[in-house]
Amino acid sequence: MTVNGWIQILVFIALVAAVARPLGGFMTGVFNGDRNALSPVLGPVERGLYRIAGVDAKAEQHWVSYAVSMLLFSVAGLSLLYLMQRLQGVLPFNPQGMTAVPADLAFNTAASFATNTNWQNYGGESTMSHFVQMAGLTVQNFVSAATGIALAVALVRGFARSSARTVGNFWVDLTRATLYVLLPLCAVCALFLVWQGVPQTLAGAVDATTLEGARQTIALGPVASQEAVKMLGTNGGGFFNANSAHPFENPNAVTNLVQMLSIFAIGAALTNLFGRMVGDERQGWALLAAMGLLFVIGVAVAYWAEAQGNPAFAAFGIDGSAGNMEGKETRFGVAMSALFAVVTTAASCGAVNAMHDSFMPLGGMVPMVNMMLGEIIVGGVGAGLYGMLLFAIVALFVAGLMVGRTPEYLGKKLEAKEVKMTMLAVLCLPLMMLGGTAFAVVLDTGTASMANAGPHGFSEALYAYVSAAANNGSAFGGLTGNTLWYNLTLAAAMLVGRFLVIVPMLAIAGSLAAKTRAPASAGTFPTHDGLFVGLLAGVILIVGGLTFFPALALGPIVEHLAMNAGTLF
Amino acid sequence: MDAKSKNLGRSQASALLDPAILGPAVGQSFRKLDPRLMARNPVMFCVEVVAVLTTVLLLRDVAAGRGGAGFGIQIVLWLWFTLLFANFAEAVAEGRGKAQAASLRKTKTETSARLLGPDGAIAQLVPATRLKPGDLVLVQAGDLIPSDGEVVEGVASVNEAAITGESAPVIRESGGDRSAVTGGTQVISDWIKVRITAAQGNTFLDRMIGLVEGAQRQKTPNEIALNILLAGMTIIFVIAVATIPSFAAYAGGSVSVLVLVALFVTLIPTTIGALLSAIGIAGMDRLVRFNVLAMSGRAVEAAGDVDTLLLDKTGTITLGNRQAAEFLPVAGVSDRDLADAAQLASLADETPEGRSIVVLAKEKYGIRARDMAGLHAQFVPFTAQTRLSGIDSDGVSIRKGAVDAVLAHARTFGHDTAPQGNTVTALRPDPAADAAAREVQAIAERVAKSGGTPLAVVRDGRLLGVIHLKDVVKGGIRERFAALRQMGIKTVMITGDNPMTAAAIAAEAGVDDFLAQATPEAKLQLIRDEQARGKLVAMCGDGTNDAPALAQADVGVAMNSGTVAAREAGNMVDLDSDPTKLIEIVEIGKQLLMTRGALTTFSIANDVAKYFAIIPAMFLAFYPQLGALNVMNLASPESAILSAIIFNALVIVALIPLALRGVRYRAVGAAALLRRNLMIYGLGGLIVPFAGIKAIDMAVTAIGLV
Repeated sequence: MTVNGWIQILVFIALVAAVARPLGGFMTGVFNGDRNALSPVLGPVERGLYRIAGVDAKAEQHWVSYAVSMLLFSVAGLSLLYLMQRLQGVLPFNPQGMTAVPADLAFNTAASFATNTNWQNYGGESTMSHFVQMAGLTVQNFVSAATGIALAVALVRGFARSSARTVGNFWVDLTRATLYVLLPLCAVCALFLVWQGVPQTLAGAVDATTLEGARQTIALGPVASQEAVKMLGTNGGGFFNANSAHPFENPNAVTNLVQMLSIFAIGAALTNLFGRMVGDERQGWALLAAMGLLFVIGVAVAYWAEAQGNPAFAAFGIDGSAGNMEGKETRFGVAMSALFAVVTTAASCGAVNAMHDSFMPLGGMVPMVNMMLGEIIVGGVGAGLYGMLLFAIVALFVAGLMVGRTPEYLGKKLEAKEVKMTMLAVLCLPLMMLGGTAFAVVLDTGTASMANAGPHGFSEALYAYVSAAANNGSAFGGLTGNTLWYNLTLAAAMLVGRFLVIVPMLAIAGSLAAKTRAPASAGTFPTHDGLFVGLLAGVILIVGGLTFFPALALGPIVEHLAMNAGTLF
Repeated sequence: MDAKSKNLGRSQASALLDPAILGPAVGQSFRKLDPRLMARNPVMFCVEVVAVLTTVLLLRDVAAGRGGAGFGIQIVLWLWFTLLFANFAEAVAEGRGKAQAASLRKTKTETSARLLGPDGAIAQLVPATRLKPGDLVLVQAGDLIPSDGEVVEGVASVNEAAITGESAPVIRESGGDRSAVTGGTQVISDWIKVRITAAQGNTFLDRMIGLVEGAQRQKTPNEIALNILLAGMTIIFVIAVATIPSFAAYAGGSVSVLVLVALFVTLIPTTIGALLSAIGIAGMDRLVRFNVLAMSGRAVEAAGDVDTLLLDKTGTITLGNRQAAEFLPVAGVSDRDLADAAQLASLADETPEGRSIVVLAKEKYGIRARDMAGLHAQFVPFTAQTRLSGIDSDGVSIRKGAVDAVLAHARTFGHDTAPQGNTVTALRPDPAADAAAREVQAIAERVAKSGGTPLAVVRDGRLLGVIHLKDVVKGGIRERFAALRQMGIKTVMITGDNPMTAAAIAAEAGVDDFLAQATPEAKLQLIRDEQARGKLVAMCGDGTNDAPALAQADVGVAMNSGTVAAREAGNMVDLDSDPTKLIEIVEIGKQLLMTRGALTTFSIANDVAKYFAIIPAMFLAFYPQLGALNVMNLASPESAILSAIIFNALVIVALIPLALRGVRYRAVGAAALLRRNLMIYGLGGLIVPFAGIKAIDMAVTAIGLV
């Protein structure tokens, strides 16, 4: 580890903290329906969309109809995407004459993009037509992210409102999240990337002659625009197969920093939106601080592990002082690769600028743990905040009684219904992550896809299910995912990990909104100070993390210990 | 406070050391293994299921003659111990109530009642068990009152020791706020006619027995929610443990069912699961021992959540009676002269106020109380018409009373024999008298502003001055309100006084707010307003006109001395009829919730150490590298697993006293309380099992159990 590396990490953290407040303020206004600087331009567009869709922007929804709207929208998006892939052979914009995507892969991909996972069991350029890429995948990149934001705002309204029947209007929240938040930010971000040298063109590939005289085809395309939403919407599906490790996606250290920042920007701002909407910004800062605490621990472990390098190399007389550079880009180095890996898995993004499979065992464990916790460290846009709030409910229920009052959060009593729904949501992740892995590692069809033996192969399968259920979409690598077994089970993990969390979460939103808000007093549990931050982080690690201890022990931990003993897999 | 310390002292002594409770509790522990009873507790039910499962597996292994069953037998035994310890905790908690219920039952002996016919004559003698609500019975001196009811005629002194433990008799009379009588209490003197209000099996005594026995115990809302949380965590650990065999198979090893069960049982929150119902029962029991009956556990929980306390001024904040504090003469009258006249006027006044005037004059001016007969004095008692009292002695007439009444008396003095026509206009103008009247009014206003009550004194038509009667705020009450404020609880004083007086007393007592000239409607409205702002309100009351407010309040404590309506409306009854207890009730509620939270936190924090004990042991056979996780350096895989499960069982027993006694409550505010409890039960919960498991491992190895 170097001082330089830590300074870069601290600069990143400072930038995230700096962005949270202004963006949070802006988003609060957007979801409260206030006018903003963009209203003169986008206001008519927004109203036009409502007119076309027949949406009454003033009419708010009960949580049930909010959930039904969300489900209808997601199912429609999923079905449409599935059909597009199956029918791409007869649809336009298919110059390379791609044939129908196989049913299981199409289903996996449709589920993946509709759940904001963006797990890719296919090679984009060899499987999907331009039409599917543009009208299918890119559209879902926006709307699945906007759906996440809308859901988080609905839950925040549950906390902010008192004796209310409704939690907002899904269609309005979805539209505003896309129009006022995602589109403008993506535009700014894309222009910045173009300035930094990221290609943005509708022209085709360029043929070049290399110094050796060989001919090389250099792929180009509208890269910058896709990069922007890949990060800001925590989607993670890159234009190139190498994702953010590719020089055209992520040319230099500055773009790398901006990409990481844009992964965290909306998620961090949502904590501030939460604070503002409940009338006490400190509440938002406390959540962000708990996220930050876990984040720093993760970065420290990952950076330390990567900086150590592989002790086995020393036996060959290789200088290990640069740390573990296998699978890393020299322009990012160990520190920024480790940081990127933690950021992308903390935040449900799934973009990568290095090969996680090549990380040291403990370095690769950190991304896994991030996802196992449910990606609540800033998290996916929206998903991170509501995941964190669910953990806050658990933490307050466990420890809140210790102040001598029945548990409450922000003046809302947490009762049987909230606990039931929270546990339902919290349960689905270990069920899909551990359950899926348990079958995969004993079935021949599962083990056949693994590239490595022993604990490393175990980690590959575990990572896949963890990534899918957490809706992350990043791949450890090494696992051949495009098989009937993995296509279907991973799709199931993605769908359960998304919707079985969302529906109970909305039920909580509805139930909380209906309650009165008791004013805080000296006797209420303080949820804005360091004590709460520590408690929340502790509960997340114990309740969310310990569940996975046996699996981690048999994967990265034993691999690490074996490596130190000289055994590699 | 004496009653409290006495009660709590008694409870602790009998709680932990009484063999009369511990003996039967052991038997109960086995009886409670009945799966139908266990099913009420999801966590312990899971333990029972796996205990049965492992027992069957063990028996199969033994029958098949496989060796190495010693370790298996120990694990299985400790699983059953875990269950028995949990049952024991509950049985001990119930046992304490049972002892009390048994003594209550003794008073519920078969009595017969003199049933009255519609004409009021004694119709027949019937067993008390055959009485129906609405029946009219006559109870005479020496009789036990056959059932709960309301006095409709007569007045009698009643010994209520059977339910309150207080042997001094109390007066019960028809009408007013002291008309409720309780079945099982005894009339000492006189007679009363009682209209029965409770159906058989649902009398106060029945309910009390049910409550202390825990027979009617329903899970409270928070307990239900906590059970859901614990069940959810159990399911999470089912997933975590059930997937291990497949992970192990991939690694080319296997894990025995016994070891998996051991891991599962140690991970699921058995500590809190085992003690949860004991905590609830003990909380109710603490209230009972404190002579407060909560009609539901919900009310006890609500008590912990209370944000606003409505307290009656008289009897709670101030001593019941006003006392003379000062003599304030008008110009030209010495204070000694005023004191002398005031004492004379009060000699025969048996009210506490009157007596306090006599005492003050004696203490301050050394004026000895004189004998009425020696003065040839004639006492003029207070009447609602004159609103004055005093004496006429040897031609001297002294009166004291409300200022306006005294002023009117002074103005008309000497004319009252000729009340014909318009006497006021016939009064001679007297500038000196007018000046005195103005002065008295000024003094009276000053007294009222300071929270006191002015009494004017007049002798032979001449105004002498004002006696300052003061509401005496109870000693130490200010500090208690300060403590309540630290707990985040707002106190509101309810009084019939005018706003000026109320404000002064409120300031002196240190309450946060007051409701002056309170009517039952205003009280009810105040409660509704507070509740609309999301606050929980507690109050106590005794009168029938308090009933709506008692019913509306989240915690309504009815005084046992109160009316049937009040007792029905409240969700708690204070047998001692002491309104100050509201504060302790809140503390007991908080203590109950805190104990639950502390043990939940402790239970969950324990898991870290247990993982570190069992995971390396579990996988050591096929991944010896994982021995590095054996941070406690436990002797062998078997001893590690056995130590973890023994610790898990013993910690239940070790925490029974805490569950029964409750975590100590301090009025220091939520933040400080949380910091303290998190340190003890959170951090302690992380560290203690590391030490405990290591110690047990050393013992197990030394004895050679594995």
